[in-house]
Amino acid sequence: MYNKTVMDHFRNPRNVGVIENADGVGEVGNPLCGDIMTIYLKIKDDHIEDIKFQTFGCGSAIAVSSMITEIAKGKSLVDAKHLTNKDVAKALEGLPKNKLHCSNLGADALQLAIQNYEDKLAGVTRPEPIRKEKHEHSHGEKCYCPYCDIEIQEGITFCDACQSSLEDEH
Amino acid sequence: MKVINLDHISAKPLLPEVKEVMIEAIEKDYHNPSSQHKSGEEATAALQKAREAMAALLNCKTPKEIVFTSGGTESVNHAIKGVALANEDKGKHIITSNIEHNAVIRSLRRLRSSGFTVTSLPVDSSGRVKPKDVAEAITKDTILVSIMHSNNETGTTQPIEEIGKITRERKVIFHSDAVDSVGVVPMDVQHLGVDLLSFASNTLYGPAGVGGLFIRRGTRIFPLLDGGVQENNKRAGAENLVGIIGTGKAAELALRDMDKRLIHLKTLKDQILSELPHAIDEYIINTHAEHSLPNLVSISIKYIEGESVMLMLDDENIAVSTRSACATGSLRASHVLLSLGLSHADAQGTLVISFGVDNSKEDIVTFLNALKNVVTTLRDISPLYQKESQL
Repeated sequence: MYNKTVMDHFRNPRNVGVIENADGVGEVGNPLCGDIMTIYLKIKDDHIEDIKFQTFGCGSAIAVSSMITEIAKGKSLVDAKHLTNKDVAKALEGLPKNKLHCSNLGADALQLAIQNYEDKLAGVTRPEPIRKEKHEHSHGEKCYCPYCDIEIQEGITFCDACQSSLEDEH
Repeated sequence: MKVINLDHISAKPLLPEVKEVMIEAIEKDYHNPSSQHKSGEEATAALQKAREAMAALLNCKTPKEIVFTSGGTESVNHAIKGVALANEDKGKHIITSNIEHNAVIRSLRRLRSSGFTVTSLPVDSSGRVKPKDVAEAITKDTILVSIMHSNNETGTTQPIEEIGKITRERKVIFHSDAVDSVGVVPMDVQHLGVDLLSFASNTLYGPAGVGGLFIRRGTRIFPLLDGGVQENNKRAGAENLVGIIGTGKAAELALRDMDKRLIHLKTLKDQILSELPHAIDEYIINTHAEHSLPNLVSISIKYIEGESVMLMLDDENIAVSTRSACATGSLRASHVLLSLGLSHADAQGTLVISFGVDNSKEDIVTFLNALKNVVTTLRDISPLYQKESQL
């Protein structure tokens, strides 16, 4: 089901762990959708000197976490801010379509960690983000039925293909 | 490389004796049982032998009460839709439970859109339906009660006999989805008081793609497939004779070896349950301590996600299944596990360990050792473990 690159990052995840006194921390996800990811940053001269992650999630969530840390490590903050979910999915040479949402988490966690670093520098305190507990379809422009994975129209509350009610998801 | 199959709920191996009769059947190249010439009669006799073996396993009054199908899913669809359509003049209300298989849930969803109403009963925290709830849910409009015999995710069995007494007294047709029970535990349709019982051949170590439905004589039900008069006019279409012959053999062996198998399975289950605390900590057993199948243990391991565990065990050549949302294609945690009151995070860490006659005590030892390492590895990565376990 997963390709070799994904399995390699799942089996031997890079940069696992916690950075004590991290300069920036970003946490995304919730148990409802199955994944929680935390990214820790150590910043030096506006570059990501060190990066570590912790993830509760499936094979692809762990592989995505590993890959985003590998891509981001050593990058300038300016470059790191441009990293997107697509970059992670591409570096992993593709993910099954029902797992694409995992790749969102990787880039989101990184961006949150960078924001957290910049907020600290600027002395800004943000309220704890409210965890979204609804199905989201931000991967690309397409939305897939969470039950049968068929492509569906954004915002519909019923999947014609598998007859599932999607009211809870939208 | 030998893979240890602890995922019998997904597929059981064909028994050698079953494989043998199926190969013989292919080589014999049977004619159509519906034909009246000698070749046809030979095929009819083989079909009849299989039907008798299956009827004996379930203690049917006559082999005519067995209808062979393409598997558990077809049987369930046949039972539910066939009864609904044949009895809609009497009423349009059906009772079921919150933990049924998708074959039941989606059949009923289909009927709902044709004007049937469905009452879906909750289970208690141990995963069982209360017979009293069934009695209270029956109205004058109720035509069918469909409650599974055992749950495929937890192995917990339901009080079918008690519900059967209620449905008989209230004269409501009673179907039980026994796809994971028939062949694993003794099943007696007289004792259970069911009118319809769905089963799958693979559960008896027969071929996948074959199953059947027990239909008590006198039950009002329409066929799901219309066409010829096969299966006593209850299921049209030329029979999958090779598969049915394999099923007949599997039924014969299940009846012959039932006691021996039960002892073996119980030994393995006890071994898992007693050794698990020595391998890992912080887990929940979802399987009922008393009312459950002997061949399945469902555990929710805290702070880690099931698909990751499954993949890492796969690397050690151990096959298990998981009920985490991620692995099932749906992004939502299993309805069965949530019905038990598990949190979403705990439900995500669920493994289903299901075993069979081909497993040994050594397999369980290998599994538990591997599980210990996998759980340690994944908890080291998990942010939940660091946070919550230290609270």
